Amino acid sequence: MIIATELIYLLAAVLFILGLQFLSSPRSARHGNWIAAAGMVLAVAWTVVVLRDSFTTAGIIICAVGFVIGGIVGVVSARTVKMTAMPQMVAIFNGAGGGAAALVGISGLVNLAGKQPAFQTGFPEVLAVIIGGISFAGSVIAFLKLQELITGAPITFPGQHLINGILALVILVLAAILLAVNNSIVVIAVLLALVLVLGVTFVLPIGGADMPVVISMLNACTGLAVAASGFALNNFALIVAGTLVGASGTLLTRKMSDAMGRSLVNVLFGAFGQVKVSAVGGTGTAGHTVRSGSAEDIGTLLAYSQSVIIVPGYGLAVAQGQHALRELADLLEKRGVDVKYAIHPVAGRMPGHMNVLLAEANVPYDQLKEMDEINDEFKQTDVALVVGANDVVNPAARNSPGSDIYGMPILNADQARNVVILKRSMRPGFAGIDNELFYDHRTIMLFGDAKESLTKLVAAVKAA
Amino acid sequence: MNEQTVVLITYFVLAAFIGFEVISNVPTILHTPLMSGSNAIHGIILVGALLIAANAQTTLQIVLGLLAVFMATVNVVGGFVVTDRMLEMFKARQPGGEKGKEQ
Repeated sequence: MIIATELIYLLAAVLFILGLQFLSSPRSARHGNWIAAAGMVLAVAWTVVVLRDSFTTAGIIICAVGFVIGGIVGVVSARTVKMTAMPQMVAIFNGAGGGAAALVGISGLVNLAGKQPAFQTGFPEVLAVIIGGISFAGSVIAFLKLQELITGAPITFPGQHLINGILALVILVLAAILLAVNNSIVVIAVLLALVLVLGVTFVLPIGGADMPVVISMLNACTGLAVAASGFALNNFALIVAGTLVGASGTLLTRKMSDAMGRSLVNVLFGAFGQVKVSAVGGTGTAGHTVRSGSAEDIGTLLAYSQSVIIVPGYGLAVAQGQHALRELADLLEKRGVDVKYAIHPVAGRMPGHMNVLLAEANVPYDQLKEMDEINDEFKQTDVALVVGANDVVNPAARNSPGSDIYGMPILNADQARNVVILKRSMRPGFAGIDNELFYDHRTIMLFGDAKESLTKLVAAVKAA
Repeated sequence: MNEQTVVLITYFVLAAFIGFEVISNVPTILHTPLMSGSNAIHGIILVGALLIAANAQTTLQIVLGLLAVFMATVNVVGGFVVTDRMLEMFKARQPGGEKGKEQ
Protein backbone atom coordinates (compact mmCIF):
# COMPACT_ATOMS: atom_id res chain seq x y z
CA MET A 1 0.00 0.00 0.00
CA ILE A 2 2.79 2.39 0.93
CA ILE A 3 4.67 1.58 -2.28
CA ALA A 4 1.50 2.06 -4.34
CA THR A 5 0.91 5.41 -2.64
CA GLU A 6 4.43 6.59 -3.37
CA LEU A 7 4.14 5.53 -7.02
CA ILE A 8 0.80 7.24 -7.48
CA TYR A 9 2.06 10.45 -5.88
CA LEU A 10 5.07 10.23 -8.19
CA LEU A 11 2.78 9.93 -11.19
CA ALA A 12 0.76 12.92 -9.94
CA ALA A 13 3.98 14.93 -9.55
CA VAL A 14 5.00 14.07 -13.14
CA LEU A 15 1.57 15.24 -14.35
CA PHE A 16 2.00 18.53 -12.44
CA ILE A 17 5.40 19.12 -14.03
CA LEU A 18 4.08 18.34 -17.51
CA GLY A 19 1.07 20.54 -16.80
CA LEU A 20 3.27 23.52 -15.90
CA GLN A 21 5.43 22.90 -18.95
CA PHE A 22 2.41 22.82 -21.27
CA LEU A 23 0.94 25.89 -19.56
CA SER A 24 4.03 27.84 -20.63
CA SER A 25 3.28 27.58 -24.34
CA PRO A 26 0.21 29.12 -26.04
CA ARG A 27 -0.50 26.10 -28.20
CA SER A 28 -0.62 23.53 -25.42
CA ALA A 29 -1.70 25.66 -22.45
CA ARG A 30 -5.24 24.35 -22.21
CA HIS A 31 -4.08 20.72 -22.26
CA GLY A 32 -1.54 21.61 -19.59
CA ASN A 33 -4.30 22.72 -17.26
CA TRP A 34 -6.19 19.46 -17.73
CA ILE A 35 -3.07 17.35 -17.30
CA ALA A 36 -2.40 19.06 -13.96
CA ALA A 37 -6.05 18.59 -12.99
CA ALA A 38 -5.77 14.87 -13.79
CA GLY A 39 -2.76 14.65 -11.49
CA MET A 40 -4.80 16.34 -8.78
CA VAL A 41 -7.76 13.96 -9.12
CA LEU A 42 -5.38 11.01 -8.97
CA ALA A 43 -3.59 12.22 -5.83
CA VAL A 44 -6.79 13.18 -3.98
CA ALA A 45 -8.73 10.05 -4.94
CA TRP A 46 -5.89 7.75 -3.90
CA THR A 47 -5.57 9.58 -0.57
CA VAL A 48 -9.24 8.87 0.12
CA VAL A 49 -8.68 5.19 -0.76
CA VAL A 50 -5.73 4.99 1.64
CA LEU A 51 -7.67 6.70 4.40
CA ARG A 52 -10.84 4.63 3.96
CA ASP A 53 -10.37 2.55 7.11
CA SER A 54 -9.13 5.30 9.37
CA PHE A 55 -12.00 7.78 8.91
CA THR A 56 -13.88 8.60 12.09
CA THR A 57 -17.62 9.23 11.68
CA ALA A 58 -17.06 12.95 12.14
CA GLY A 59 -14.14 12.70 9.73
CA ILE A 60 -16.25 11.27 6.91
CA ILE A 61 -18.93 13.88 7.43
CA ILE A 62 -16.63 16.91 7.46
CA CYS A 63 -14.62 15.66 4.48
CA ALA A 64 -17.78 15.09 2.46
CA VAL A 65 -19.44 18.35 3.51
CA GLY A 66 -16.29 20.42 3.01
CA PHE A 67 -15.66 18.82 -0.35
CA VAL A 68 -19.19 19.25 -1.69
CA ILE A 69 -19.68 22.82 -0.50
CA GLY A 70 -16.15 23.81 -1.52
CA GLY A 71 -16.65 22.24 -4.93
CA ILE A 72 -19.92 24.06 -5.50
CA VAL A 73 -18.50 27.39 -4.35
CA GLY A 74 -15.41 26.87 -6.52
CA VAL A 75 -17.25 25.93 -9.71
CA VAL A 76 -19.99 28.53 -9.40
CA SER A 77 -17.68 31.43 -8.63
CA ALA A 78 -15.16 30.41 -11.28
CA ARG A 79 -17.84 30.04 -13.95
CA THR A 80 -19.79 33.19 -13.17
CA VAL A 81 -16.94 35.65 -12.55
CA LYS A 82 -16.62 38.32 -15.21
CA MET A 83 -13.45 38.29 -17.28
CA THR A 84 -12.54 41.68 -15.85
CA ALA A 85 -12.69 40.35 -12.29
CA MET A 86 -10.39 37.41 -13.04
CA PRO A 87 -7.38 38.77 -11.08
CA GLN A 88 -9.25 39.08 -7.79
CA MET A 89 -10.78 35.63 -8.32
CA VAL A 90 -7.29 34.13 -8.57
CA ALA A 91 -6.35 36.09 -5.44
CA ILE A 92 -9.21 34.66 -3.42
CA PHE A 93 -8.56 31.07 -4.59
CA ASN A 94 -4.94 31.54 -3.63
CA GLY A 95 -5.96 32.87 -0.23
CA ALA A 96 -8.13 29.80 0.32
CA GLY A 97 -5.15 27.52 -0.40
CA GLY A 98 -2.89 29.52 1.92
CA GLY A 99 -5.53 29.39 4.65
CA ALA A 100 -5.89 25.62 4.25
CA ALA A 101 -2.11 25.17 4.57
CA ALA A 102 -2.12 27.30 7.72
CA LEU A 103 -4.99 25.24 9.17
CA VAL A 104 -3.12 21.99 8.49
CA GLY A 105 -0.17 23.44 10.40
CA ILE A 106 -2.37 24.62 13.27
CA SER A 107 -4.09 21.29 13.51
CA GLY A 108 -0.75 19.53 13.92
CA LEU A 109 0.34 21.96 16.64
CA VAL A 110 -2.99 21.87 18.47
CA ASN A 111 -2.98 18.07 18.59
CA LEU A 112 0.27 18.24 20.52
CA ALA A 113 -0.75 21.24 22.64
CA GLY A 114 0.91 21.15 26.02
CA LYS A 115 3.53 18.71 24.76
CA GLN A 116 6.78 19.52 23.08
CA PRO A 117 6.42 18.90 19.32
CA ALA A 118 9.32 17.14 17.62
CA PHE A 119 11.38 19.70 15.75
CA GLN A 120 11.08 17.94 12.42
CA THR A 121 7.29 18.18 12.43
CA GLY A 122 6.87 21.24 14.66
CA PHE A 123 9.16 23.49 12.65
CA PRO A 124 7.45 22.94 9.27
CA GLU A 125 4.06 23.26 10.96
CA VAL A 126 4.99 26.67 12.33
CA LEU A 127 6.32 27.66 8.90
CA ALA A 128 3.07 26.57 7.25
CA VAL A 129 1.09 28.69 9.72
CA ILE A 130 3.28 31.76 9.18
CA ILE A 131 3.60 31.63 5.37
CA GLY A 132 0.10 30.32 4.76
CA GLY A 133 -1.45 32.87 7.13
CA ILE A 134 0.36 35.80 5.47
CA SER A 135 -0.73 34.49 2.08
CA PHE A 136 -4.33 34.19 3.24
CA ALA A 137 -4.61 37.66 4.78
CA GLY A 138 -2.61 39.29 1.98
CA SER A 139 -4.78 37.68 -0.69
CA VAL A 140 -7.94 38.90 1.01
CA ILE A 141 -6.59 42.47 0.99
CA ALA A 142 -5.54 42.10 -2.66
CA PHE A 143 -9.07 40.91 -3.44
CA LEU A 144 -10.65 43.85 -1.60
CA LYS A 145 -8.38 46.31 -3.41
CA LEU A 146 -9.04 44.92 -6.88
CA GLN A 147 -12.77 44.63 -6.20
CA GLU A 148 -12.54 48.27 -5.11
CA LEU A 149 -14.18 47.49 -1.78
CA ILE A 150 -11.25 49.37 -0.27
CA THR A 151 -9.21 52.03 -2.02
CA GLY A 152 -6.71 50.76 -4.57
CA ALA A 153 -4.31 53.53 -3.60
CA PRO A 154 -1.49 52.61 -1.24
CA ILE A 155 -2.46 53.03 2.42
CA THR A 156 0.59 54.20 4.29
CA PHE A 157 1.34 55.48 7.76
CA PRO A 158 4.55 56.74 9.31
CA GLY A 159 6.97 54.09 10.51
CA GLN A 160 5.17 51.42 8.51
CA HIS A 161 8.25 49.43 7.55
CA LEU A 162 9.49 49.63 11.13
CA ILE A 163 6.18 48.34 12.52
CA ASN A 164 6.07 45.52 9.98
CA GLY A 165 9.67 44.67 10.86
CA ILE A 166 8.89 44.55 14.59
CA LEU A 167 5.78 42.47 13.89
CA ALA A 168 7.85 39.98 11.88
CA LEU A 169 10.40 39.82 14.69
CA VAL A 170 7.73 39.17 17.35
CA ILE A 171 6.30 36.40 15.16
CA LEU A 172 9.71 34.73 14.92
CA VAL A 173 10.21 34.98 18.70
CA LEU A 174 6.75 33.49 19.32
CA ALA A 175 7.55 30.69 16.90
CA ALA A 176 10.73 29.94 18.79
CA ILE A 177 8.86 29.95 22.13
CA LEU A 178 6.24 27.65 20.67
CA LEU A 179 8.81 25.15 19.48
CA ALA A 180 11.23 25.25 22.38
CA VAL A 181 9.38 26.36 25.51
CA ASN A 182 5.64 26.45 25.59
CA ASN A 183 3.38 24.88 22.97
CA SER A 184 0.04 26.07 24.32
CA ILE A 185 -3.16 26.94 22.49
CA VAL A 186 -2.82 30.54 23.66
CA VAL A 187 0.59 30.95 22.03
CA ILE A 188 -0.66 29.31 18.85
CA ALA A 189 -3.67 31.66 18.73
CA VAL A 190 -1.57 34.78 19.33
CA LEU A 191 0.90 33.66 16.66
CA LEU A 192 -1.91 33.15 14.15
CA ALA A 193 -3.45 36.54 14.95
CA LEU A 194 -0.13 38.36 14.49
CA VAL A 195 0.55 36.52 11.23
CA LEU A 196 -2.82 37.63 9.87
CA VAL A 197 -2.14 41.23 10.91
CA LEU A 198 1.25 41.13 9.17
CA GLY A 199 -0.38 39.83 5.98
CA VAL A 200 -2.78 42.79 6.04
CA THR A 201 -0.20 45.48 6.82
CA PHE A 202 2.18 44.02 4.25
CA VAL A 203 -0.23 44.35 1.30
CA LEU A 204 -2.10 47.54 2.34
CA PRO A 205 0.71 49.93 1.30
CA ILE A 206 0.98 48.40 -2.18
CA GLY A 207 -0.96 50.16 -4.95
CA GLY A 208 -3.70 48.46 -6.94
CA ALA A 209 -1.66 48.62 -10.15
CA ASP A 210 0.95 46.36 -8.58
CA MET A 211 -1.54 43.78 -7.30
CA PRO A 212 -0.83 41.22 -10.07
CA VAL A 213 2.80 41.02 -8.96
CA VAL A 214 1.71 40.73 -5.33
CA ILE A 215 -0.81 37.98 -6.12
CA SER A 216 1.87 36.10 -8.01
CA MET A 217 4.18 36.42 -5.02
CA LEU A 218 1.49 35.28 -2.56
CA ASN A 219 0.84 32.38 -4.94
CA ALA A 220 4.47 31.35 -4.59
CA CYS A 221 4.13 31.77 -0.79
CA THR A 222 1.15 29.43 -0.66
CA GLY A 223 3.20 26.91 -2.64
CA LEU A 224 5.92 27.07 0.00
CA ALA A 225 3.39 26.82 2.84
CA VAL A 226 1.99 23.69 1.18
CA ALA A 227 5.51 22.28 0.87
CA ALA A 228 6.06 23.01 4.57
CA SER A 229 2.93 21.11 5.56
CA GLY A 230 4.22 18.31 3.33
CA PHE A 231 7.34 18.13 5.52
CA ALA A 232 5.14 18.02 8.62
CA LEU A 233 2.93 15.25 7.22
CA ASN A 234 5.85 13.43 5.57
CA ASN A 235 3.98 13.59 2.28
CA PHE A 236 5.79 13.46 -1.06
CA ALA A 237 2.92 14.92 -3.13
CA LEU A 238 2.56 18.03 -0.95
CA ILE A 239 6.30 18.70 -0.91
CA VAL A 240 6.81 18.32 -4.65
CA ALA A 241 3.66 20.13 -5.84
CA GLY A 242 4.08 22.92 -3.28
CA THR A 243 7.74 23.42 -4.12
CA LEU A 244 7.04 23.41 -7.87
CA VAL A 245 4.58 26.25 -7.37
CA GLY A 246 6.87 28.03 -4.92
CA ALA A 247 9.78 27.99 -7.37
CA SER A 248 7.92 28.66 -10.60
CA GLY A 249 5.82 31.31 -8.84
CA THR A 250 8.94 33.10 -7.64
CA LEU A 251 10.36 33.16 -11.16
CA LEU A 252 7.01 34.27 -12.59
CA THR A 253 6.81 37.09 -10.04
CA ARG A 254 10.20 38.33 -11.20
CA LYS A 255 9.19 38.08 -14.84
CA MET A 256 6.07 40.11 -14.14
CA SER A 257 7.88 42.91 -12.36
CA ASP A 258 10.48 42.89 -15.17
CA ALA A 259 7.65 43.35 -17.67
CA MET A 260 6.71 46.50 -15.76
CA GLY A 261 10.31 47.68 -15.75
CA ARG A 262 10.47 47.67 -11.96
CA SER A 263 12.34 45.75 -9.36
CA LEU A 264 10.43 43.49 -7.02
CA VAL A 265 11.75 45.37 -3.99
CA ASN A 266 10.36 48.58 -5.45
CA VAL A 267 6.97 46.95 -5.98
CA LEU A 268 6.77 45.55 -2.45
CA PHE A 269 8.17 48.45 -0.47
CA GLY A 270 7.87 51.48 -2.76
CA ALA A 271 4.23 52.41 -1.95
CA PHE A 272 4.04 53.04 -5.68
CA GLY A 273 1.17 55.12 -7.02
CA GLN A 274 0.55 57.41 -4.08
CA VAL A 275 -1.29 60.45 -5.35
CA LYS A 276 1.31 63.18 -5.67
CA VAL A 277 0.31 66.66 -4.61
CA SER A 278 1.61 68.51 -7.65
CA ALA A 279 2.62 67.56 -11.16
CA VAL A 280 5.58 65.20 -11.15
CA GLY A 281 8.64 65.35 -13.34
CA GLY A 282 10.18 68.09 -15.43
CA THR A 283 7.28 68.89 -17.70
CA GLY A 284 4.58 70.43 -15.59
CA THR A 285 1.18 69.85 -17.09
CA ALA A 286 -0.66 72.54 -15.18
CA GLY A 287 -1.98 75.36 -17.34
CA HIS A 288 -1.96 73.36 -20.57
CA THR A 289 -5.25 72.88 -22.30
CA VAL A 290 -6.92 69.68 -23.24
CA ARG A 291 -8.58 69.37 -26.64
CA SER A 292 -11.74 67.32 -26.62
CA GLY A 293 -13.51 66.45 -29.84
CA SER A 294 -16.90 65.20 -30.91
CA ALA A 295 -17.51 61.62 -31.95
CA GLU A 296 -18.29 62.89 -35.48
CA ASP A 297 -14.91 64.65 -35.86
CA ILE A 298 -13.02 61.65 -34.58
CA GLY A 299 -15.10 59.23 -36.67
CA THR A 300 -14.18 61.20 -39.79
CA LEU A 301 -10.52 61.29 -38.82
CA LEU A 302 -10.51 57.51 -38.37
CA ALA A 303 -12.48 56.79 -41.54
CA TYR A 304 -10.13 58.77 -43.79
CA SER A 305 -6.84 57.61 -42.31
CA GLN A 306 -4.72 54.84 -43.79
CA SER A 307 -3.43 53.20 -40.66
CA VAL A 308 -4.79 52.98 -37.13
CA ILE A 309 -3.18 51.35 -34.13
CA ILE A 310 -5.55 50.60 -31.27
CA VAL A 311 -4.15 50.67 -27.74
CA PRO A 312 -6.64 48.92 -25.43
CA GLY A 313 -6.50 49.32 -21.67
CA TYR A 314 -8.36 48.50 -18.51
CA GLY A 315 -11.07 51.11 -19.24
CA LEU A 316 -12.10 48.97 -22.21
CA ALA A 317 -12.38 45.95 -19.96
CA VAL A 318 -14.44 47.75 -17.33
CA ALA A 319 -16.87 49.08 -19.92
CA GLN A 320 -17.08 45.63 -21.57
CA GLY A 321 -16.42 47.49 -24.82
CA GLN A 322 -14.38 44.81 -26.60
CA HIS A 323 -17.23 43.86 -28.95
CA ALA A 324 -17.95 47.48 -29.89
CA LEU A 325 -14.22 47.95 -30.47
CA ARG A 326 -14.10 45.00 -32.81
CA GLU A 327 -17.11 46.33 -34.70
CA LEU A 328 -15.33 49.65 -35.16
CA ALA A 329 -12.15 47.90 -36.30
CA ASP A 330 -14.07 45.74 -38.79
CA LEU A 331 -15.80 48.80 -40.18
CA LEU A 332 -12.49 50.61 -40.65
CA GLU A 333 -10.91 47.57 -42.28
CA LYS A 334 -13.79 47.39 -44.75
CA ARG A 335 -12.92 50.94 -45.76
CA GLY A 336 -9.34 49.85 -46.41
CA VAL A 337 -7.83 51.19 -43.21
CA ASP A 338 -4.95 49.13 -41.85
CA VAL A 339 -5.92 48.26 -38.25
CA LYS A 340 -3.68 46.71 -35.62
CA TYR A 341 -3.85 46.31 -31.86
CA ALA A 342 -0.84 47.18 -29.72
CA ILE A 343 -0.82 45.12 -26.54
CA HIS A 344 1.30 46.36 -23.68
CA PRO A 345 2.63 43.51 -21.54
CA VAL A 346 0.79 44.78 -18.49
CA ALA A 347 -2.24 46.36 -20.17
CA GLY A 348 -5.32 45.81 -18.08
CA ARG A 349 -4.61 44.63 -14.59
CA MET A 350 -2.66 41.52 -15.30
CA PRO A 351 -0.23 40.48 -18.00
CA GLY A 352 -2.21 38.85 -20.79
CA HIS A 353 -5.49 40.37 -19.59
CA MET A 354 -6.09 42.26 -22.88
CA ASN A 355 -5.30 39.24 -25.05
CA VAL A 356 -7.96 37.27 -23.22
CA LEU A 357 -10.57 40.01 -23.57
CA LEU A 358 -9.93 40.66 -27.25
CA ALA A 359 -9.85 36.96 -28.00
CA GLU A 360 -13.29 36.78 -26.38
CA ALA A 361 -14.50 39.35 -28.95
CA ASN A 362 -12.96 37.23 -31.75
CA VAL A 363 -10.31 39.74 -32.72
CA PRO A 364 -8.00 37.87 -35.13
CA TYR A 365 -4.77 36.71 -33.52
CA ASP A 366 -2.51 38.19 -36.19
CA GLN A 367 -3.78 41.71 -35.52
CA LEU A 368 -2.60 41.62 -31.92
CA LYS A 369 0.95 42.95 -31.77
CA GLU A 370 3.21 42.83 -28.76
CA MET A 371 4.95 46.00 -27.72
CA ASP A 372 8.41 45.33 -29.14
CA GLU A 373 6.91 44.26 -32.42
CA ILE A 374 4.86 47.39 -33.02
CA ASN A 375 6.58 50.24 -31.21
CA ASP A 376 8.52 51.39 -34.29
CA GLU A 377 5.36 51.49 -36.39
CA PHE A 378 3.68 54.31 -34.49
CA LYS A 379 5.82 56.90 -36.31
CA GLN A 380 4.25 55.93 -39.65
CA THR A 381 0.75 55.61 -38.24
CA ASP A 382 -2.02 58.13 -38.85
CA VAL A 383 -4.01 57.57 -35.69
CA ALA A 384 -3.20 55.94 -32.37
CA LEU A 385 -6.58 55.15 -30.81
CA VAL A 386 -6.12 54.77 -27.08
CA VAL A 387 -9.14 53.12 -25.48
CA GLY A 388 -9.23 53.31 -21.71
CA ALA A 389 -5.46 53.06 -21.34
CA ASN A 390 -3.31 55.63 -19.59
CA ASP A 391 -0.10 54.66 -17.83
CA VAL A 392 1.07 52.38 -20.64
CA VAL A 393 1.22 55.35 -23.04
CA ASN A 394 2.52 57.94 -20.56
CA PRO A 395 5.62 59.55 -22.08
CA ALA A 396 6.77 60.43 -18.54
CA ALA A 397 8.08 56.87 -18.38
CA ARG A 398 10.56 57.86 -21.09
CA ASN A 399 11.12 61.57 -20.40
CA SER A 400 10.79 62.38 -16.70
CA PRO A 401 13.44 60.76 -14.55
CA GLY A 402 11.59 62.07 -11.48
CA SER A 403 8.42 60.21 -12.29
CA ASP A 404 7.33 57.09 -10.46
CA ILE A 405 6.93 55.15 -13.68
CA TYR A 406 10.21 56.34 -15.21
CA GLY A 407 11.87 53.40 -16.93
CA MET A 408 8.70 51.40 -17.49
CA PRO A 409 8.56 50.36 -21.14
CA ILE A 410 5.65 52.13 -22.85
CA LEU A 411 3.86 52.06 -26.18
CA ASN A 412 5.00 54.96 -28.38
CA ALA A 413 1.47 56.18 -29.05
CA ASP A 414 2.75 59.75 -28.68
CA GLN A 415 4.76 59.33 -31.90
CA ALA A 416 1.69 58.78 -34.08
CA ARG A 417 0.50 61.66 -36.30
CA ASN A 418 -2.75 61.92 -34.35
CA VAL A 419 -3.65 60.53 -30.97
CA VAL A 420 -7.26 59.88 -30.02
CA ILE A 421 -7.88 59.05 -26.38
CA LEU A 422 -11.16 57.61 -25.16
CA LYS A 423 -11.35 58.10 -21.45
CA ARG A 424 -13.95 58.47 -18.74
CA SER A 425 -12.52 61.64 -17.24
CA MET A 426 -9.25 63.47 -16.64
CA ARG A 427 -8.63 61.40 -13.55
CA PRO A 428 -5.09 60.03 -13.41
CA GLY A 429 -4.69 56.33 -14.16
CA PHE A 430 -4.34 53.41 -11.82
CA ALA A 431 -0.77 54.36 -11.02
CA GLY A 432 -2.01 57.80 -9.93
CA ILE A 433 0.24 59.80 -12.27
CA ASP A 434 -0.69 62.67 -14.55
CA ASN A 435 -0.22 62.05 -18.28
CA GLU A 436 1.29 64.81 -20.44
CA LEU A 437 0.08 63.06 -23.59
CA PHE A 438 -3.43 64.35 -22.82
CA TYR A 439 -2.15 67.90 -23.25
CA ASP A 440 -0.26 67.30 -26.49
CA HIS A 441 -1.43 69.40 -29.47
CA ARG A 442 -1.89 66.26 -31.58
CA THR A 443 -4.18 64.66 -29.04
CA ILE A 444 -7.97 64.69 -29.15
CA MET A 445 -9.87 63.42 -26.14
CA LEU A 446 -13.31 61.84 -26.25
CA PHE A 447 -14.73 61.66 -22.75
CA GLY A 448 -17.22 59.04 -21.64
CA ASP A 449 -17.68 55.36 -21.00
CA ALA A 450 -15.50 53.41 -23.45
CA LYS A 451 -18.34 51.28 -24.78
CA GLU A 452 -20.66 54.25 -25.38
CA SER A 453 -17.87 56.24 -27.02
CA LEU A 454 -17.03 53.32 -29.29
CA THR A 455 -20.67 52.87 -30.27
CA LYS A 456 -20.84 56.57 -31.15
CA LEU A 457 -17.66 56.23 -33.20
CA VAL A 458 -19.13 53.26 -35.07
CA ALA A 459 -22.14 55.39 -36.03
CA ALA A 460 -19.87 58.30 -37.00
CA VAL A 461 -17.65 56.12 -39.19
CA LYS A 462 -20.72 54.66 -40.90
CA ALA A 463 -21.92 58.19 -41.65
CA ALA A 464 -18.55 59.46 -42.87
CA MET B 1 18.27 15.20 11.50
CA ASN B 2 17.40 11.68 10.44
CA GLU B 3 17.56 9.89 7.12
CA GLN B 4 13.90 10.49 6.32
CA THR B 5 14.28 14.26 6.69
CA VAL B 6 17.21 14.20 4.29
CA VAL B 7 15.08 12.38 1.72
CA LEU B 8 12.33 15.01 2.09
CA ILE B 9 14.86 17.82 1.67
CA THR B 10 16.14 16.09 -1.49
CA TYR B 11 12.63 16.11 -2.95
CA PHE B 12 12.34 19.77 -2.04
CA VAL B 13 15.59 20.87 -3.66
CA LEU B 14 15.06 18.90 -6.87
CA ALA B 15 11.46 20.11 -7.20
CA ALA B 16 12.64 23.71 -6.75
CA PHE B 17 15.05 23.38 -9.68
CA ILE B 18 12.39 21.78 -11.87
CA GLY B 19 9.93 24.54 -10.97
CA PHE B 20 12.38 27.21 -12.11
CA GLU B 21 13.34 25.37 -15.25
CA VAL B 22 9.95 24.30 -16.48
CA ILE B 23 8.41 27.76 -16.91
CA SER B 24 11.53 29.68 -17.88
CA ASN B 25 10.37 30.33 -21.47
CA VAL B 26 6.81 31.44 -20.80
CA PRO B 27 5.65 34.33 -23.05
CA THR B 28 4.13 37.41 -21.40
CA ILE B 29 0.62 36.71 -22.64
CA LEU B 30 0.52 33.48 -20.65
CA HIS B 31 1.65 34.99 -17.34
CA THR B 32 -1.89 35.25 -15.98
CA PRO B 33 -3.10 31.77 -17.01
CA LEU B 34 0.15 30.26 -15.76
CA MET B 35 -0.22 31.97 -12.40
CA SER B 36 -3.79 30.76 -12.21
CA GLY B 37 -2.84 27.21 -13.20
CA SER B 38 -0.02 26.96 -10.67
CA ASN B 39 -2.45 28.43 -8.14
CA ALA B 40 -4.68 25.42 -8.74
CA ILE B 41 -1.74 23.04 -8.35
CA HIS B 42 -0.99 24.18 -4.81
CA GLY B 43 -4.55 23.12 -4.09
CA ILE B 44 -2.84 19.74 -3.50
CA ILE B 45 -3.10 20.93 0.11
CA LEU B 46 -6.48 19.19 -0.15
CA VAL B 47 -4.55 15.95 0.40
CA GLY B 48 -3.12 17.42 3.61
CA ALA B 49 -6.56 18.68 4.65
CA LEU B 50 -8.06 15.21 4.14
CA LEU B 51 -5.26 13.66 6.21
CA ILE B 52 -6.00 15.91 9.20
CA ALA B 53 -9.78 15.83 8.81
CA ALA B 54 -10.07 12.05 8.44
CA ASN B 55 -9.58 11.21 12.10
CA ALA B 56 -11.04 14.34 13.65
CA GLN B 57 -12.69 13.75 17.03
CA THR B 58 -12.66 16.83 19.23
CA THR B 59 -14.74 19.88 18.35
CA LEU B 60 -11.62 21.89 17.57
CA GLN B 61 -10.30 19.18 15.25
CA ILE B 62 -13.66 19.01 13.49
CA VAL B 63 -13.80 22.77 12.96
CA LEU B 64 -10.21 22.95 11.71
CA GLY B 65 -10.63 19.92 9.46
CA LEU B 66 -13.89 21.11 7.95
CA LEU B 67 -12.50 24.59 7.23
CA ALA B 68 -9.30 23.15 5.75
CA VAL B 69 -11.12 20.71 3.44
CA PHE B 70 -13.54 23.44 2.36
CA MET B 71 -10.86 26.01 1.59
CA ALA B 72 -8.57 23.55 -0.14
CA THR B 73 -11.43 22.32 -2.33
CA VAL B 74 -12.32 25.89 -3.32
CA ASN B 75 -8.66 26.38 -4.25
CA VAL B 76 -8.44 23.23 -6.39
CA VAL B 77 -11.81 23.26 -8.11
CA GLY B 78 -12.07 27.03 -8.61
CA GLY B 79 -8.44 27.22 -9.69
CA PHE B 80 -8.67 24.67 -12.49
CA VAL B 81 -12.06 25.87 -13.74
CA VAL B 82 -11.06 29.54 -13.84
CA THR B 83 -7.80 28.69 -15.63
CA ASP B 84 -9.71 26.70 -18.22
CA ARG B 85 -12.03 29.64 -18.79
CA MET B 86 -9.06 31.92 -19.42
CA LEU B 87 -7.45 29.47 -21.81
CA GLU B 88 -10.70 28.81 -23.65
CA MET B 89 -10.38 32.37 -24.92
CA PHE B 90 -6.96 31.64 -26.34
CA LYS B 91 -8.18 28.60 -28.20
CA ALA B 92 -10.63 30.67 -30.26
CA ARG B 93 -7.81 32.29 -32.13
CA GLN B 94 -5.51 29.31 -32.54
CA PRO B 95 -6.55 28.72 -36.19
CA GLY B 96 -5.12 32.13 -37.07
CA GLY B 97 -2.05 31.25 -35.09
CA GLU B 98 -1.31 28.14 -37.10
CA LYS B 99 -0.07 30.09 -40.09
CA GLY B 100 3.52 30.44 -39.02
CA LYS B 101 2.64 32.91 -36.28
CA GLU B 102 4.24 31.00 -33.46
CA GLN B 103 4.20 33.04 -30.25
